[in-house]
Amino acid sequence: MSEQLLAVSPSPHIHTELTVPQIMKGVIIAMLPAFALSIYNFGITSLYVTVLSVSFCVAAEYLITRYLLKKSASIQDGSAIITGMLLAFNVPSNLPWYIILIGSLVSIGIGKMSFGGLGNNPFNPALVGRVFLLLSFPVQMTSWPVAKATLSFDAVTSATPLGLLKEGIRAGDSMDTIMQTMPTYSDFFFGFQSGSLGEMSACALLLGLGYMLYRKIITWHIPVTMLATVLIMTGIFWLIDPNRFANPLFHVLTGGVMLGAVFMATDYVTSPVSHRGMIVFALGIGVLTVLIRLFGSYPEGVSFAILIMNAFVPMINTYIKQPRYGVQKEGKPRKEPTPIKAN
Amino acid sequence: MSTQNKLKTFNIGGVHPDDHKISARIPITTLPLPKTVIIPVAQHIGTPATIVVQRGDSVKVGQVLAKHQGFVSSNIHSSVSGRVGIIEEVMDSSGFKHTAISIKVKGDDWEETIDRSDNLVEDISLEGKEIVTRIMEAGVVGMGGAAFPSHVKLSVPEGKHVDYLLINGVECEPYLTSDHRIMLEKPREIIVGIKILMKALGVKNAIIGIEDNKRDAVENFSDLLQHETGIEVQPLEVQYPQGGEKQLIQALLNREVPSGGLPSDVGVIVHNVGTTFAIYEAVQKNKPLVERVVTVTGKSVKQPGNFLVRIGTPVIDVLIAAGGVPEDTGKIVSGGPMMGKAIADLDVPVAKGTSGILLIPKAEALRAEIYNCLHCGKCIEACPMGLEPYHLLLMTKKGNYDKAKHEHIMDCIECGSCSFVCPSNRPILDYIRLGKTEIRKPKKA
Repeated sequence: MSEQLLAVSPSPHIHTELTVPQIMKGVIIAMLPAFALSIYNFGITSLYVTVLSVSFCVAAEYLITRYLLKKSASIQDGSAIITGMLLAFNVPSNLPWYIILIGSLVSIGIGKMSFGGLGNNPFNPALVGRVFLLLSFPVQMTSWPVAKATLSFDAVTSATPLGLLKEGIRAGDSMDTIMQTMPTYSDFFFGFQSGSLGEMSACALLLGLGYMLYRKIITWHIPVTMLATVLIMTGIFWLIDPNRFANPLFHVLTGGVMLGAVFMATDYVTSPVSHRGMIVFALGIGVLTVLIRLFGSYPEGVSFAILIMNAFVPMINTYIKQPRYGVQKEGKPRKEPTPIKAN
Repeated sequence: MSTQNKLKTFNIGGVHPDDHKISARIPITTLPLPKTVIIPVAQHIGTPATIVVQRGDSVKVGQVLAKHQGFVSSNIHSSVSGRVGIIEEVMDSSGFKHTAISIKVKGDDWEETIDRSDNLVEDISLEGKEIVTRIMEAGVVGMGGAAFPSHVKLSVPEGKHVDYLLINGVECEPYLTSDHRIMLEKPREIIVGIKILMKALGVKNAIIGIEDNKRDAVENFSDLLQHETGIEVQPLEVQYPQGGEKQLIQALLNREVPSGGLPSDVGVIVHNVGTTFAIYEAVQKNKPLVERVVTVTGKSVKQPGNFLVRIGTPVIDVLIAAGGVPEDTGKIVSGGPMMGKAIADLDVPVAKGTSGILLIPKAEALRAEIYNCLHCGKCIEACPMGLEPYHLLLMTKKGNYDKAKHEHIMDCIECGSCSFVCPSNRPILDYIRLGKTEIRKPKKA
């Protein structure tokens, strides 16, 4: 053997392959089906919005770390690309470039870097940007271009199914009448409805979810709990009065529930660390979403619900812990040893 | 995942590193005698032994070189015959310097009292207390890696009732196969060893726990145990750290050792299979612990294998038997990849706790870039003790040791699962170790 120095470090000496860049890559791959479908639905504008949003986000992070914080750039971890894509997924596909720019700056600048960058932000950066835009540019942010498959003769933009629902209820129409104006459930499932760029197709988003579960990037706890909560809660209201409340399937397949459950609420940084905590967190999002949708003035409430629950994450992490080995909860008797077999 | 019937496993945490059991099918071969051996007097947890030989003395194989000091200590025997050379401090696999006795090998002359034949001796003539004394005299320590003196484990404190003996044949560390080979090649001896332990402890039940990637060993034992009462073999799910003492107790008996407690608090004593074999040899053959099986393995090792090595043999001699050190070696680990210790040079001697020597290629030897903590919770998911490793790291980093202690940092078994899964490559276990060390330090007034 030639004279060479051996590396010496404490154990463990092996490491999983699933590191931050790999995870980010995995999430981006998981977003591709929804992205592809948005291009199919809205054409080149959707590509344009996404490319702009991603470039602005990456550039914003690079410039802020490099020139404002004077640190080495952190864009190679890929998280800014995801923020950019998620921001694009959450806006209409005809958004003007300057609004995208503002959204990106708010997402990265205020939502992420002002807290110390990746890992330190309490709120989901893409949602911070999205809600900022929704409040600042309500008209542009709610004029939804119509997807190809539902293209009617004259309308270039139309309300989302949830918007139609809210308007219909306000106008005092019966649920049957409102539902007749809607696309079919299979249209909802495959994504031929109007709405934000990436939120339309439950099918494409579920594909992404499946991929992330398979790669063990995320666990089932948040998406399943959140979807189940929305399904059960809207189901209860629907059973009470099917004339006033839309059926649970409609609620799960429309708006941002699926996108929120798969990509927004599962963001590592802004969700709880323990499985038990994740369930509480997702339950909260589900309940708030339904309350806003059914009783609030906005037709859609996923973004707000996630941001509100983001604020509870530190509290959830403090009070809700995983079971510990050899430590029993106070007040509970210690588990009795299994009885000895007679032999 | 699940086959016909679900295998037993522990309930909390765990990870699944690739097992890389390259040397599993290679039978144990005896390593040629080295020219010199270096025998440290502190190869075990507890007080180092006191040296009773001098430079120039002639010694035989099995002769006591150093006597145990107090109860938690162990005798050290000569593993070769020859002349005692220099006695000085050398670096061992812990990375610290400890006193060691070097012996220049001459011939292979054993103490006459030792039965070196391969005959299986099944009748256990010694009684409980005598067994414990014999094991203590033979210098047997835990051979799974921790090297805790075995006789101490057999002396159950007053007032505690032990009803189960668990034999740890899990070998959950990737790469290592020494326990696997012993189980395949010496099962009858191990069964006698188990009976000796049961007699010494006065227990009627023993379970051998083996990970399911060693099906042959499981089947072998089931066949041999058909007509035995009180001893059974249990296959376990392949999941790290299945072989952790506390995890094994949870998997096999669904009992939890209370925080800060010992297995005997829940009526259990755990011994490793390699140790059980050494106990058989000590009690039935009067043979002290002078040799052990060492796996030499690694992705680029030319002839990986399992070698019967005299204690004190320099690592380099063992490596030569495995085809030398590959050009791309970047790190050499004494033990397994999850809990083993990286050694700094090749003169480090094989000790009683050295279960394997792992050669890691350069490409995998260095740690990767560290990112911010994402709070992904993967370390919590992985921790077999249900701790919050990322949080313990933060507390230790800030010097907040009291809070870390309150968050059960002392329960950490240092299995390395948290550092293994961390996507940000954060040195979680390093900080936890630092925290534990700081807490153990006597408080300054």
